[in-house]
Amino acid sequence: MNTHGIRALYLFEMSRFWRTLFQSIASPVISTSLYFIVFGSAIGSRMARIDGISYGAFIVPGLTMLAILTQSISNASFGIYMPRFSGTIYEVLSAPISALEIVIGYVGAAASKSIILGLIILATARIFVPYEIAHPVWMVGFLVLTAVTFSLFGFIIGLWADGFEKLQLIPMLVITPLTFLGGSFYSINMLPPLWQKITLFNPVVYLISGFRWSFYGAADVSLGVSLGMTLVFLILCLTIVGWIFKTGYRLKA
Amino acid sequence: MQSIISVSGLSKTYASGFQALKKVDLEIRKGEIFALLGPNGAGKTTLINIICGIVNPSTGVVRVDGHDISRDFRAARSRIGLVPQELATDIFETVWKTVTFSRGLFGKPPDGAYVEKVLKDLSLLDKKNNKIMTLSGGMKRRVLIAKALSHEPQVLFLDEPTAGVDVELRRDMWEMVRGLRERGVTIILTTHYIEEAEQMADRIGVINKGEIILVEDKAVLMEKLGKKQLTLHLQSPLKQLPPELAGQPLELSADGEKMIYTFDAQNEQTGVARLLRQLGDLGIEFKDLRTSQSSLEEIFVALVGART
Ligand SMILES: Nc1ncnc2c1ncn2[C@@H]1O[C@H](COP(=O)(O)OP(=O)(O)O)[C@@H](O)[C@H]1O
Ligand SMILES: [Mg+2]
Repeated sequence: MNTHGIRALYLFEMSRFWRTLFQSIASPVISTSLYFIVFGSAIGSRMARIDGISYGAFIVPGLTMLAILTQSISNASFGIYMPRFSGTIYEVLSAPISALEIVIGYVGAAASKSIILGLIILATARIFVPYEIAHPVWMVGFLVLTAVTFSLFGFIIGLWADGFEKLQLIPMLVITPLTFLGGSFYSINMLPPLWQKITLFNPVVYLISGFRWSFYGAADVSLGVSLGMTLVFLILCLTIVGWIFKTGYRLKA
Repeated sequence: MQSIISVSGLSKTYASGFQALKKVDLEIRKGEIFALLGPNGAGKTTLINIICGIVNPSTGVVRVDGHDISRDFRAARSRIGLVPQELATDIFETVWKTVTFSRGLFGKPPDGAYVEKVLKDLSLLDKKNNKIMTLSGGMKRRVLIAKALSHEPQVLFLDEPTAGVDVELRRDMWEMVRGLRERGVTIILTTHYIEEAEQMADRIGVINKGEIILVEDKAVLMEKLGKKQLTLHLQSPLKQLPPELAGQPLELSADGEKMIYTFDAQNEQTGVARLLRQLGDLGIEFKDLRTSQSSLEEIFVALVGART
């Protein structure tokens, strides 16, 4: 096990995070805060409670998830795309470090960043809306699981993309709609029956539902299903990453 | 002599269908400076990149100090340092950070004193806290060398190290290479400048169109290749060479207007001075003279031609 190598990759990636601290943290925190102000404090006070939870508090888990998903994907995809783009990937490929260790370094760093960010957003939200966390351990568990899973997904995108447009495309075209329609702003029980069924194909529903359960003990789908679906997606991503390194797809000529 | 790198039956066909290497066999000896010489597109970078793990081989086996590069990749790669042909660096990082990063990546524990020494040897110490983007091209290349040396490799690959490099860096680099060799590091460099191979290498391999055409001790090769020609444009054409000049490597052109003398540039006694004296004594006057050395192209043509 090349622990020095993992550490080097991890710290290198994290140093980019600290160097660009303002963009890394300020912009997602500001945009999420705006949501809390508009939907939580302003409009939220006129909205009905959902499952007995005030609207402002209801959207906290979903909005945090939204930030974690997008940040995980963009951190991880950028992290591996940049060395491919600049050519510095040669060094990683020529180092005595295994595929798994490379993934631990890059994905670990990307996930760490979004976990830090998620916690900051939750702390910020507390300024605007009061909320409680019923199951803090589960909350952290979902946070970590989601950050890791979507950092892996971002890593795949960063390996697959052959231009900056593609790097932006997936988050914009796929992730944002899935999160908005995944129950960040509403309970899926509020949808017409047909849409409730269709929504279940959206993996983000399970993440948000599980995460919200850890806050308020109420969920759209059962906890076991939430956890199971997230793990399925995690394993799927791991398999794809494994295949990429085995074949050298987009990494080695 | 013990081999540190052993390549056998190595072929590479890129996804495009282009075959860049054709059944290459090559042994690099421990502690030598080996120059891989060949024109652009010959397959030099492909060969190096396969040995270093950056490009997948199609067929064949490569061993580094006895370790197979795919089955035993950790042992093989930890022995190798690579300075790539392209200047690829993390422009936003400082010199110090990027070099310590490389050391860690190759599995070595942090060692500030060692990194400091590497930077000092490359005249980079005063730039250690500079961001790489503020450095000149030559300095960036020094950083790449420092990165390659950061984990104390036994084998150093330098892919076109002096392409587009100023005189000072070239001199420093050669000095560094000799110093490394003294410490027992094996050095493999690629170039398409024959002078560079000539100055640096113990042995020279010539590669063309994906095939190793020859591998030879430098001294032997230079003797074969070191021929120069002196061409004299005569004032008035000659019908034949005067008998006084017989027995010398001298030819008369078909029109009798030029005299061509072939000599060994390596040799102290080229015979040029004596020839010119003799011509003076014989009253043969010339209006112009020119010397030429076989170009690399000619050498390749000769080598490839001799094989087929
Ligand atoms: N990734 C690639 N895909 C297809 N062809 C390639 C690739 N890389 C190099 N080649 C081709 O392989 C040949 C050898 O290239 P290279 O090893 O870089 O030569 P050299 O380093 O001797 O100049 C060239 O014709 C080059 O165009
Ligand atoms: Mg090359």
